[in-house]
Amino acid sequence: MAQLTFREAIARGIAQEMRRDESVLAIGEDIGAAGGVFKGTVGLFEEFGPVRVRDTPISEQAILGAAMGAAMTGLKPIAEIMFSDFFAVCWDIVVNEIAKSRYMTNGQMTFPLVIRSGNGGGLRFGAQHSQSVENWAMMVPGLKVVVPSNALDVIGLMAAAVRDPDPVIFLEAKALYASKMEVPDGDIVDTLGTAKVLRQGTDATVVALGAMVPKALKAAEELASMGIDCTVVDVRSLVPLDTKTILREISATGRLFTVEENPRLCGWGGELSSIASEEIFYDLDGPIVRITTPHIPLPAADALEDMAIPSVQRIVATVSQSMNA
Amino acid sequence: MTTTATVPVLDLEAKLELYRVQVALRQFEKRAYDLFLENFVKGTSHLSLGQEAIAAGFAAAMRSDDYTFATYRGHAHTLARGVPMTPVLAELMGRTNGLMAGKGGSMHLTSVEHGVMGSYAIIGAHLPIACGAAWSAQYRGTEQVAVCFFGDGSTNIGAFHEALNFAAIWKLPVVFVCENNLWMEYTRTTEITAVPNPAADRASAYGLESIIVDGNDVDAVYEVAAAAMTRARAGEGPSLIEALTYRHGGHSRADPGKYRPDEEVAEWLAKDPIPMYHARLLTEGATEAQLVEIELSVAAEVEKATEEAKAGPTPGADLLMKDVWADGGSAWRN
Repeated sequence: MAQLTFREAIARGIAQEMRRDESVLAIGEDIGAAGGVFKGTVGLFEEFGPVRVRDTPISEQAILGAAMGAAMTGLKPIAEIMFSDFFAVCWDIVVNEIAKSRYMTNGQMTFPLVIRSGNGGGLRFGAQHSQSVENWAMMVPGLKVVVPSNALDVIGLMAAAVRDPDPVIFLEAKALYASKMEVPDGDIVDTLGTAKVLRQGTDATVVALGAMVPKALKAAEELASMGIDCTVVDVRSLVPLDTKTILREISATGRLFTVEENPRLCGWGGELSSIASEEIFYDLDGPIVRITTPHIPLPAADALEDMAIPSVQRIVATVSQSMNA
Repeated sequence: MTTTATVPVLDLEAKLELYRVQVALRQFEKRAYDLFLENFVKGTSHLSLGQEAIAAGFAAAMRSDDYTFATYRGHAHTLARGVPMTPVLAELMGRTNGLMAGKGGSMHLTSVEHGVMGSYAIIGAHLPIACGAAWSAQYRGTEQVAVCFFGDGSTNIGAFHEALNFAAIWKLPVVFVCENNLWMEYTRTTEITAVPNPAADRASAYGLESIIVDGNDVDAVYEVAAAAMTRARAGEGPSLIEALTYRHGGHSRADPGKYRPDEEVAEWLAKDPIPMYHARLLTEGATEAQLVEIELSVAAEVEKATEEAKAGPTPGADLLMKDVWADGGSAWRN
């Protein structure tokens, strides 16, 4: 066992897969000797050298085009897009090329690649370096979307993403990079498309993703002291979506609250609400409530950003008000 | 940088094959157009009529395991790599015996087994992807080369510049081929480009040699292609080649191309690569009978492909939900 930060877990997960498989390569801006702007690739350059851990120019289309071309010819690239906001300058490669090409070619091509990216707010970076884009990625047929919430899951889900034959968008919550936990030694391999029940309760089910997961857990503790016993589910994987686990946990309590960092419109919670309404409507004992960032660009000032992104206090207040209504 | 590669001289047999390929591309696309008028070919299509020498010349210089990256104007490049006519025509007609069972259509022809790694319909997008295939070949040490074809219009999009710089700094075995047909869709390229030669004049910005070739002369295309491929295989990095040519028709099937001056069209029709090559081969020892025999056998091939494509079944619902994922399915939840 070792204490590991979320950012150290990223490098460990990548290294684990690079040691196992020579066709796994890492590329991105400043990921080599510099170790990544968020220090998520520290040590990889030293261990695997400049051929397998390669710095690129600030050319996001070239980075992802290179990953795609390499994947279709037998390699398993892990490409970094430094901030997920930058997907906007290379979204064509992601959506039109990577996501569609297997289907368009009637299965002639396979794209075993991972695109990792720092996602979300909390660092006071302002609107162009803070947004949560999981909803962008989720709505594109042909992309798998993974959002870990802790260091252990980072390693296991990174391994699962690298080993998966399909393109995986791996979103790293920037607010969690410094978070720490005990992680066992040795290889860790998880499974895509599996949600985790982190806390079992009887009154309400709180479903959260990424940086919202620790907040949901903290809120659940406070709610418990107020007499509201919550289940907390970590979604972990938006595509494939583990609806079996999530719906089972909603049915068990009869109430669903989602906690989403993405701006409100078309957030993953909207889709989950729709599925719950269609499939377990008669198990519900009250309205489905979504707790999200409002439909605004994220402001820079700490006071404003803290108001925008769901907080422990907002989760507690929203759940308790709704449960006591 | 100088061109040091020596290019193998083509014998008459090889040149007759270059003629056959060009004639096949021409006759195939004329048939595709006829079938569009008869409503057998749906959607859109972009023909390479007049530009066949580029596809034929490059394909002849490529190894069977090299990679082709084409655009939405990709019928010629696909066929030139040896993909049979029937699946290509059937793809245009949306039949299950199509190259991608009808799921891709005219603009996305792909045949991985022939090295045709896709036809891309977002301008410029495939230049970075070709870099990726070249990077993969470089890493695996296979001496494969990626050849990426695009139009003059692609030179003004960001992906072109990202890819050129990327290929140059990583010394990737990729050959970028700009088919300059003088018109970006409906607008004259020189009117919307800062330099007269949209690719060649940009080469120096990426430390590359400025190369312009007569894209209607298949022998010249072959020579410049073979030299670039040799450099790429030797680890000398990418090349950027501008091939001057002209499309005989409009941009797409919906475009009669009336914006082009009559005298310009006439001038380029006189430089049609196929009659030019026909005449040259006669001076180099081929007989008229040999060339006519090639034309007739191609015509028979086109006829057969037409019948086979028309006989192909239309796709059923079983194909609709297939192959989003590598497991063959499309499930996004359990």
